[in-house]
Amino acid sequence: MKNARAFLLLLCGVTLAAPAFAAPDESQIDRGHRVYDKWCFPCHGTGVGKPGTESLAARGQKPAVLEERTDLTAPLIKIFVRHGVLFMPTFRKTEISDADLDAIAAYLTRNNKH
Amino acid sequence: MRVPPGVSPGDFAAAIKQFEAAVGKEWVFTSDDDVELYRDSYSPFWHEEEDRVPSAAVAPDGVEQAQAIVKIANAYKIPLWTISTGRNLAYGGSSPALSGSVILDLKRMNRILEVSDKNHYALVEPGVSYFDLYRYIQEHKLKVWIDPPDPGWGSPVGNSLERGGGRGPLHDHFATVCGMEVVLPNGEVMRTGMGALPGSKTWQQYKYGFGPYVDGLFSQSNFGIVTKMGVWLLPEPEAYRDGTVMVARHDDLVPFVETLAYLYNSQIVQGTAALDSPLLTYRVSKGGGVVDLPGDISVAELERIGREQNIPYWSSELHFYGPAKVVDLQWEFTKERFSAIPGVTFKEGRSYRFPVELKDSDDVLRQALGIPNLSVFGFLGKTLGHMDFSPIVPLSGEAVFEALKVFGEVYHEMGVPPQNQFISLPWAFFPRAFVFLFGFQIMHDVEANKRNREVFRRLIEACAEHGWGEYRTHVAYMDDVANVYSYNNHAMLRLHETVKDALDPNGILSPGKSGIWPKRLRKARA
Ligand SMILES: Cc1cc2nc3c(=O)[nH]c(=O)nc-3n(C[C@H](O)[C@H](O)[C@H](O)COP(=O)(O)OP(=O)(O)OC[C@H]3O[C@@H](n4cnc5c(N)ncnc54)[C@H](O)[C@@H]3O)c2cc1C
Ligand code: HEC
Repeated sequence: MKNARAFLLLLCGVTLAAPAFAAPDESQIDRGHRVYDKWCFPCHGTGVGKPGTESLAARGQKPAVLEERTDLTAPLIKIFVRHGVLFMPTFRKTEISDADLDAIAAYLTRNNKH
Repeated sequence: MRVPPGVSPGDFAAAIKQFEAAVGKEWVFTSDDDVELYRDSYSPFWHEEEDRVPSAAVAPDGVEQAQAIVKIANAYKIPLWTISTGRNLAYGGSSPALSGSVILDLKRMNRILEVSDKNHYALVEPGVSYFDLYRYIQEHKLKVWIDPPDPGWGSPVGNSLERGGGRGPLHDHFATVCGMEVVLPNGEVMRTGMGALPGSKTWQQYKYGFGPYVDGLFSQSNFGIVTKMGVWLLPEPEAYRDGTVMVARHDDLVPFVETLAYLYNSQIVQGTAALDSPLLTYRVSKGGGVVDLPGDISVAELERIGREQNIPYWSSELHFYGPAKVVDLQWEFTKERFSAIPGVTFKEGRSYRFPVELKDSDDVLRQALGIPNLSVFGFLGKTLGHMDFSPIVPLSGEAVFEALKVFGEVYHEMGVPPQNQFISLPWAFFPRAFVFLFGFQIMHDVEANKRNREVFRRLIEACAEHGWGEYRTHVAYMDDVANVYSYNNHAMLRLHETVKDALDPNGILSPGKSGIWPKRLRKARA
């Protein structure tokens, strides 16, 4: 994220270009759920002390819990995980591999209407 | 591709090939996108040349692979910066002190080798996070507690080597370390303490082994790569309780801290105690400072407001762990001791019996009950993170008064407004001392970051002038902090350098860590 403006442009571009619909793969979604629980839930989960959820709620985001969203796209999720936002840091590939990240994306987009 | 300083592109390419042969291509990261992930997410150098950026990263899956990497690095003089879980946010994250270093990422070495709930210890690899260890203990229904720092995604190995702190009775983390396995800079494996005895049955039970005790050499250092570590755990206590002590007047802090020191050093008060000041919080709410600034609401005025509105000057929440009967008596005894201060008041706090199922309505700090979490990030609001300035000062009221005065002078002299001071009152993270924690905000604003770095450096000097020093620091200030630990013409740093040159003649391990540079990169001291 050397250049914050380029990052913003990238974000807009990606939001517009939602990927084509692909049939959800249950085992992929399951794997995504597990990786999400380990790496994302402590900030984005439900219940007290979840700073990602609190931050999104403070912004007026509804629903504030990522798992309940139906508007996130895979490329957008990947950008956030690999570039960070506010105090959410980047995650290394030894923590979350590209395959794990694909699985997280499958999990978080499982309820999207296409 | 970036190359490490002093290494030719050809040599670097050859080294990378050999790293790939050692750990598998998949675990050597060289593309810009992958290497970016090792930058400090809370960097005080955003958009500046000075930003610490590695050239590559390599992630071994075991001690033999780590040894192989060290041998290759020696052959090509490649600097390797070791991380365990790499979540050293506020102190540099996973970034190196020297740009162009190759990150040695031990995250894949994540085995939990043993957990004993009979004698209360664990033996873990560096990639095991507090979350991992907690989950393992839960799954195996073991009756032990870990002591996580506020963010649970770091590791017993990384955090303890940095000499970090937690909240429970075992809050001084380096003090819980018992036995290490270390890959030395020449690639040899060594075990410390009882581990030096082949087939030892007490590696995690007795720290000191025989002869000089060397474990400290591997903390905050660049003398070795720790590949296994023993840590002591807390037997699950029967009960926990807390309570708050409050005193009315400014000068009450002196007997207040004296009493706290007695109780804390007697291990009657066990968890980390943090000093609080409802009246200074009031002053901050009126746009004033925690530190003493000219023209701010005076002590006398604050005391008057305190009397009128029934706001105490100082307070602290104290934590007790143990048998239910005993913690009740400890709290009773604590109140008895503090009652020597006229006007002292107490507030009863929480009380738990274990095991317990916490509900959302329980507002207790999870980490104080050994449960790792990330709730602390909630304090960061809409910010991009921070870097910590963390000086150790004496555990006394007089020292707190002096510190607030000195910090106030620095902030005034440098024109830092109260809303940018980000200082909290000191904590007793470590036995017999206070530590102040300042969280300097990071911004995507080069000028603001530069300014903050100047203030940071001025604080290091001002503290040193008063006999206070930092307990650890961000990679950006390692030279500055090492430089003030200068007793007898830098005798200690010179010893570190002597050890460095003897153990690591090629200067491959974490150049610049704690201000220790290998000979070939060492600058002349002023
Ligand atoms: C909001 C917030 C709150 C925080 N609260 C706390 C707190 O309560 N207590 C606390 O202690 N810290 C705290 N920190 C600081 C920091 O995040 C933690 O200390 C964290 O645990 C350090 O990261 P880590 O455990 O992943 O260690 P790593 O990043 O893996 O390691 C830290 C450093 O230790 C050395 N090192 C690591 N592994 C090895 C090895 N195997 N061999 C040799 N050297 C090695 C390296 O120099 C490395 O850079 C906080 C930070 C933030 C942002
Ligand atoms: C340390 C806490 C933390 C962790 C861990 C964390 N996040 Fe975040 N995340 C945040 C914060 C804070 C925001 C920004 C919220 C805001 O804009 O106010 C955020 C934002 C996001 C967003 C953008 C949402 C939007 O509508 O703008 C996505 C997507 C996201 N995170 C995904 C993840 C995923 C996936 C993981 C796990 C791999 C993860 N996060 C882990 C704190 C965290």
